[in-house]
Amino acid sequence: MNRLAEQLAANDMAELGLHSNNGSSAVAGPSFQLAAGNNPAAFAHQFIDAKSEKNSLIKIAHGTTTLAFKFKDGVMVATDSRATAGNVIASQTVKKVIEINPYLLGTMAGGAADCSFWERVLGMECRLYELRNKKRISVAAASKMLANLVYRYKGMGLSMGTMVAGWDEKGPGLYYVDSEGQRISNDLFSVGSGSTFAYGILDSHYRYDMEIEEAKDVARRAIYHATHRDAYSGGIVRMYWVKETGWEAFPLEDVGELYYKYHPEIQLTNSVESPLAVASSA
Amino acid sequence: MMDYASMQFAPTEVPVEHHSHGGWEPYVDNGGTSLAIAGKDFVIVAADARQSDGYSINSRYDPKAFVLSNQTVIATTGYAADAKRLVEVMEQNAQTYFHKHDRAMGTTAMAQLMSNTLYYKRFFPYYVFPILAGLDKEGNGAVFSYDPVGNMERVVYLACGSASALVQPFLDNQVGGANQRGHEGGFLDRATARKIAIDAFTSATERDIHTGDWLDLFTIDRTGIHREKRELKHD
Repeated sequence: MNRLAEQLAANDMAELGLHSNNGSSAVAGPSFQLAAGNNPAAFAHQFIDAKSEKNSLIKIAHGTTTLAFKFKDGVMVATDSRATAGNVIASQTVKKVIEINPYLLGTMAGGAADCSFWERVLGMECRLYELRNKKRISVAAASKMLANLVYRYKGMGLSMGTMVAGWDEKGPGLYYVDSEGQRISNDLFSVGSGSTFAYGILDSHYRYDMEIEEAKDVARRAIYHATHRDAYSGGIVRMYWVKETGWEAFPLEDVGELYYKYHPEIQLTNSVESPLAVASSA
Repeated sequence: MMDYASMQFAPTEVPVEHHSHGGWEPYVDNGGTSLAIAGKDFVIVAADARQSDGYSINSRYDPKAFVLSNQTVIATTGYAADAKRLVEVMEQNAQTYFHKHDRAMGTTAMAQLMSNTLYYKRFFPYYVFPILAGLDKEGNGAVFSYDPVGNMERVVYLACGSASALVQPFLDNQVGGANQRGHEGGFLDRATARKIAIDAFTSATERDIHTGDWLDLFTIDRTGIHREKRELKHD
């Protein structure tokens, strides 16, 4: 029995690539390959810059405007969907809300691969927690697991600014976790290059006792205005609502169409109808 | 007076070709373009075969699209040496899986495997922009897009590499129906998708110096993978 436990523990470490690189691990688990030399992190920094993406050869897809807030009926999570690599729009359809499990969501800002990889690892860890403890993990524990996971790699160049939202025994939970090791709980967060614009809307319209429709309006408005003023944000608005029974996703909304909703006073010079409103399809 | 003692034994200076004044540079951009278009029950993958370094053409036929199984193809751009290694690793994993399980790994499993393979080199990445394309479990066309460190997204069509900024907007318009009034949406038929893929490359060859020479075109459907080699302009 003890041997099985030991083996399982070894498996966990190996799967996460956390075993020491002495090659003695019995399980062929993933581990990170590093550049040869005394300081592989500094070497890699010359070519990859996940944080500023300027003047670096390897341009990593970036996340941009994300927000989440608690309100009386749960947690609202909303994001844009643009990914940029340098000045090129790499994608307008990114899923920046990561579905960790039916009760937990993570958001993506910073390096897209860093967020999706570590939140996938977190998903695995949360499932293992359920199997071992016969109950769902708390948002506090899950977010701390993620913070500890990335803290091991501090200084290696990871870039991750994420919000972990969920529902547990204590009710709605919302944490901000980043690759620098920060982990904070609060009622309202916005992360990414468009966060300042989103905060402008959120700070002037947010109330805890909102109904769901009003919460959606505030979230949508905040993301929309961030996409309007921040060139690194755009695409579509994704909204999720975390409640007692788990999260629920709302239909996608193209910001190209929202423009005509939020700026009805603007006169079109060339056409009567909006070209974007007609062209967009499912 | 000359100091012969120190001159005679001074190390000889040999002219060595250096790319820069700095230290060792592990990466080169070898250019090239690849694209994939998914259909309802097929997928088309195309990649040119020119390999270049700056203004020099290293090879006119160095393929960058490879068959991983009877329903999955990988196409790469970026640094040719890293791309070659990535393809080797993926081929090895596909082989190991086949012998372990007595069946080929599915396209979606291969897609996640590639994401992880790229991420395990997060701290010394492969400088590649890969596309993975094939048929999924239901037989639908599937295209997966990646950044160099493994961020993955399933898409319907995609262009990567040196002419991606030329080709992607063309595909957005012709395949995705972007900015077209009354576009019906939905998947393209095989003949149209193939024609668009070829047109994309003839046009990219006209405007991108790193794209040209030959075009490898794969059509994947239920019957297997059909390969076609076409000529592009050599200038």
